[in-house]
Amino acid sequence: MIEFLNSIQNSLIYKNFFLVISGLDNTILLLLISLPVGFVLALLFALGRVSKIALLSRTIASYIFVIRGTPLLVQIYLIYFGLGSVKFIRESFLWYALKEPFWCGVIALTINTVAYGAEIFRGGIQSIEKSQVESGLSLGFGKFLLLRKIILPIAIRKVLPSYGNELILMVKATSLVSLTTYMEMTGIARKIMAKTFAPVEAFIAAGILYLFLNFLMVQFVKYLEWKYNPHLRLNN
Amino acid sequence: MFKFDKLVFGDAGWGDEFLIATLMTLLVSILSMGLGLFLAIITVWAKIIQNRITRFISNFYTTVIRGVPELLVIYLIFFGGNTVVMSIAKVFGYNKYIELNALTIATIAIAVISATYSSEVLRASYLAISKGQIEAARALGMNKFSIFFKVISPQVIRHALPGIGNVWQITLKDTSLISVTGLVEIMRQSRISSNVEHSPLTFLITAAILYLCLTTISGRVFKTLEVNYSKGFTT
Repeated sequence: MIEFLNSIQNSLIYKNFFLVISGLDNTILLLLISLPVGFVLALLFALGRVSKIALLSRTIASYIFVIRGTPLLVQIYLIYFGLGSVKFIRESFLWYALKEPFWCGVIALTINTVAYGAEIFRGGIQSIEKSQVESGLSLGFGKFLLLRKIILPIAIRKVLPSYGNELILMVKATSLVSLTTYMEMTGIARKIMAKTFAPVEAFIAAGILYLFLNFLMVQFVKYLEWKYNPHLRLNN
Repeated sequence: MFKFDKLVFGDAGWGDEFLIATLMTLLVSILSMGLGLFLAIITVWAKIIQNRITRFISNFYTTVIRGVPELLVIYLIFFGGNTVVMSIAKVFGYNKYIELNALTIATIAIAVISATYSSEVLRASYLAISKGQIEAARALGMNKFSIFFKVISPQVIRHALPGIGNVWQITLKDTSLISVTGLVEIMRQSRISSNVEHSPLTFLITAAILYLCLTTISGRVFKTLEVNYSKGFTT
C-alpha cells in the first residue's frame, strides 16, 4: 500500500498537478473579471437589440454577427498583436492595459461573451408572453419598473441553462489566452511539456483541473436554476 | 498601419497564399466534420444500446472532451499522438519512428472535439423519432439494416440538420486552433504574413473577414438544406 502511494507521489502527473495548480488563480482571475462584466453588458446589449431604435438594434446585431462569425483566437490576436502595432494606441493611455497579456485576454473574452450572451438574453426577452408585460402596464408600472420586476427576472431564469452552457464555454476559452504568453493553466502545462518532454502527463494534469473547474460551474448553474425556478421544483 | 496592397495575388503579395490557406481550413473542417459525424454515430450507438459498459465509455468520452478546453485536446493529440501510434505499432512489431503529418493530426484532433457536439445533436434527434415507427417497420418485416437506412436515418437527418449546422460553425471556428500545430491554415497564414510584413492588423483583419465569409456562406447552405429536407412539413 505504501509502495503504491509512493509510486503515485513520484508519478509525473502527480507532480505536474501541483505545478499546474499554480496557474489556477490566473485562470480564475480572467473569469472573475470577464464573466460579471460580460453578464451586465450582455443584458444591456440584449435590451438594445430588442429596442425599437433601429440604429441601435442594427449596430448591435452586426456586432453580434461579426463576433459570432469569427474564432475567439482571431479576436485575441487582433487585440494583443493587432492593436499593439498601432502607433497612436501605443502612445495613448490604452497602452497601460493593452501591453499586458492579461488585460488583452480579459478584453477579448468579455467582447466574445457579450456577443453570445446578448443573443441568449434576447431569446429570453422575446419569449416573454405579451400578457405578462400588459398586466404590468395595467398596474401602472413604468418602463424601468417593468424591466426590473417582470422582464429581466423572467428572461434570466428562462435562459439559465443556455447561459450556463456559455459560462462553461468561457471557462474553456480562457485556455486560449495562454497563446499570448499569459501563464495560466494551459500555458504552464505547455511549459512543463517543453521541460520534461512528457506531453501526455502535463496535459492530463491540466485537463483534470479544467474538468474540476467546469464541474463547479455546472453545480453553480444548477443551484441558480433551483433557486430561481421555485415553481419547477419537484418536491416543495 | 494598414498594408492591404500586400494582399494581391502573385509573388508581390499574399493573396494566393491566403487562398490556399482558406482551402486548407475548409479541407480540415470538412474532413474533421465527416470523421466527427462518423465517431458521433458510434458514440450515440454506444449510448442507446442497452449495455452499461459501452454507455459508460461513451458518456465518459463526451463529458471529458466537452469539459476540457479544445486547445488542450489539440496539444494532447499533437504532442502525444505520435507516442500512442508508435506504441501501437510496437505491438505489431514495427519499431521505426513514425511521424503523422500535420493534416492527419489536425483532422483527428478537431474530429474528436466535433464528435462530442454532434453526438448530442444526433442523440436528441434519434430520441425525437417515435418508437411506433420502428415498431411499425419491424412489423413490416424490415431487417435492422433497412430500418436504419430507410426509417431512422432520413428522419434523424431532418431533425438534426439545424443542430449539425451549429456544430459545423463551431468546427469551422475550432480549426483556427490548429494553427498551433504549424498547419498552414488561415490563422497560421495571417501570423506568418504579419511577421514578414510587420503589419499584424492587416492580416488579422483579413483572417477575420475570411472566417466571416466562410461562416456566413455555410450558414446559407445549411438554411437551404433545411428547407430541402423539411419538404412537406409545415413548421
